[in-house]
Amino acid sequence: MNEVVNISDVTKVYSMGDMCVEALRGVSLTVASGEFIAIMGASGSGKSTCMNIMGCLDVPTKGEYLLDGVNIGQLNKRELADLRNRKLGFVFQVFNLLPRTSARNNVELPLIYARIQTNERKTLALKALERVGLSDRADHLPNQLSGGQQQRVAIARALVNSPTIILADEPTGNLDSKTSNEVMALFTELNKQGITIIMVTHEPDIAAYASRRVLFRDGLIVSDEANSSRAAANTCVNTASVVADQSTLRDC
Amino acid sequence: MEQLWQSLKIASCALRVNKLRSFLTMLGIIIGIASVIAMVAIGAGAEHIISEQISSMGSNLILVIPGSTKTGGVQMGPGAVPTLTSDDGRAIKSECASVEASAPNIRVGGQIVYANQNWSTQITGITPDFLIVRDWAIVSGRPFTQSDVDGATKNGIIGQTIVKELFGSVDPLGKIVRIRKVPFRIIGVLKKKGQSPQGTDQDDVVMIPLPTAQRKVFGSPFPNAVGAIIVKVRNKNVLSRAEDEITTLLRQRHHISAKKDDDFTVKNLSELLSVASTSSKTMSLLLGAVASISLIVGGIGIMNIMLVSVTERTREIGIRMAVGAQEKDILLQFLTEAVLLTLCGGIIGIGVGVAGATVVSKILDWPTLVSVKAIAVAVVFSGSVGIFFGFYPARKASSLNPIDALRYE
Repeated sequence: MNEVVNISDVTKVYSMGDMCVEALRGVSLTVASGEFIAIMGASGSGKSTCMNIMGCLDVPTKGEYLLDGVNIGQLNKRELADLRNRKLGFVFQVFNLLPRTSARNNVELPLIYARIQTNERKTLALKALERVGLSDRADHLPNQLSGGQQQRVAIARALVNSPTIILADEPTGNLDSKTSNEVMALFTELNKQGITIIMVTHEPDIAAYASRRVLFRDGLIVSDEANSSRAAANTCVNTASVVADQSTLRDC
Repeated sequence: MEQLWQSLKIASCALRVNKLRSFLTMLGIIIGIASVIAMVAIGAGAEHIISEQISSMGSNLILVIPGSTKTGGVQMGPGAVPTLTSDDGRAIKSECASVEASAPNIRVGGQIVYANQNWSTQITGITPDFLIVRDWAIVSGRPFTQSDVDGATKNGIIGQTIVKELFGSVDPLGKIVRIRKVPFRIIGVLKKKGQSPQGTDQDDVVMIPLPTAQRKVFGSPFPNAVGAIIVKVRNKNVLSRAEDEITTLLRQRHHISAKKDDDFTVKNLSELLSVASTSSKTMSLLLGAVASISLIVGGIGIMNIMLVSVTERTREIGIRMAVGAQEKDILLQFLTEAVLLTLCGGIIGIGVGVAGATVVSKILDWPTLVSVKAIAVAVVFSGSVGIFFGFYPARKASSLNPIDALRYE
């Protein structure tokens, strides 16, 4: 199985004044192509930090991260930006669409930075909007769209560059349960089409859509198991060590 | 190119969102550029006036006037004693190598009468050289010749003001006028010359041959005396040499011993005017400097607003970075915005400046010269102000950490 994410023994330390916060304390995770992973955990458990590192928005303090075979520890800012542009799609809790910018132009954003010509950009953006079922809303501004529609525009934006992985950080956090289910159905559909999805969520019923669940606690992965209600063939189970030490705040 | 076009589109969108703010930000640049353009135009107009006055006086002139003399220990003012004579004038021309022409002349106020009209004016006794040194043309009739001087003829040449006041629509040529009760025939009319640098009307003048003036009109106790000698030198490089030559010659002719002071004064007229033109240049430089300060203040305004804009749009920057914008994309975007602001301000400022200069020249009757150079400099300068003051905010935007930018509330 082709591994798109291979994190081995990654630690991340933030220094805040004379205090050091160990957000990740030796995390190893591999994700195979085509997986749909739900990352769960309480606030401060390190799941967002792990997402940032997987999203190439941050680099690990220690350890290695191979994204689609590329070791990101050796890349500079420019190369990281390029990698985000070509291989990753982001979906955020608060949608993060550009205000006063039409849905189509929002979807075109990654293509602009991929230096794709205007006409091709338009075609690709409309195709992505079609995939999320919003081709009739292409010229609407974000504030003319409902929350669910905005999130679908954001998903279209994440899709438009044909990324290897879509990273979704609590994509249903700001949506009601009906819209949440619609969005998750869309994710499931996209996953069936072969896109790897890594999603952070608090809600067990949202996590139920995923084929594998990874639980973070205090900067470590405490459980990593296939979703029993949705047994998928490509799920692999890792055992993770559970460390009793609760303090993530330590003097350096 | 495509990138630049993209940034331009994004920037114009961003500026349109906050129309009032964009305009107010531009206002600083508009005022700065407009004042630079208007001030430079006004300064150039002043320089133009002065250079016209210089050419109206004639160029490369030296003025010799009777000097101060002591009479029993009392210092008399210059010109109090008539020490210069017509012969001095002739000698300067014939003996000083650097001198091209020498025009001794004498001037007295008096009344001129034609038919039932009369006018009080300046009557000047001149030689043919006078119109040459003053660079003054005759529009109709003829100038004086040497025979007018030798024969002390009763011929007169009049200026445009006299023509207007005394003759109205009548052609003055050949008419007989009475100058200080002596009849004269008008043989020539001078070209209009306008105001002198001192503000007197140069066209309000009657000219008669010098000997005629000395002997038949003015009735001075010193019949050979002249009021002044205007000397034209061959070129401006020999001005100071000519001054020395004239001084030496006149000291000799007036038998002044080495220890005594000159009884005449030699003044370099071009020097006076060059001082005037230098001071007007300094003035326009000063005006330009003041205007440039307002431009810098405008630039700081741009920087301030750009900083606010970067803070306001931190999340937008984060989103752009997350989807793959590189530092230079963000830098270019904000820099383009700043330059677009200043360039728009600059273009509007040029319009306002040109309009302002036109209004000033209409209302104050002051010639203004809007120079293409000043406009070009203004455009380049406003663009550079944009780059200079836009760079720091743009740099700040591009160096944001994408995670922090995304989380920014």
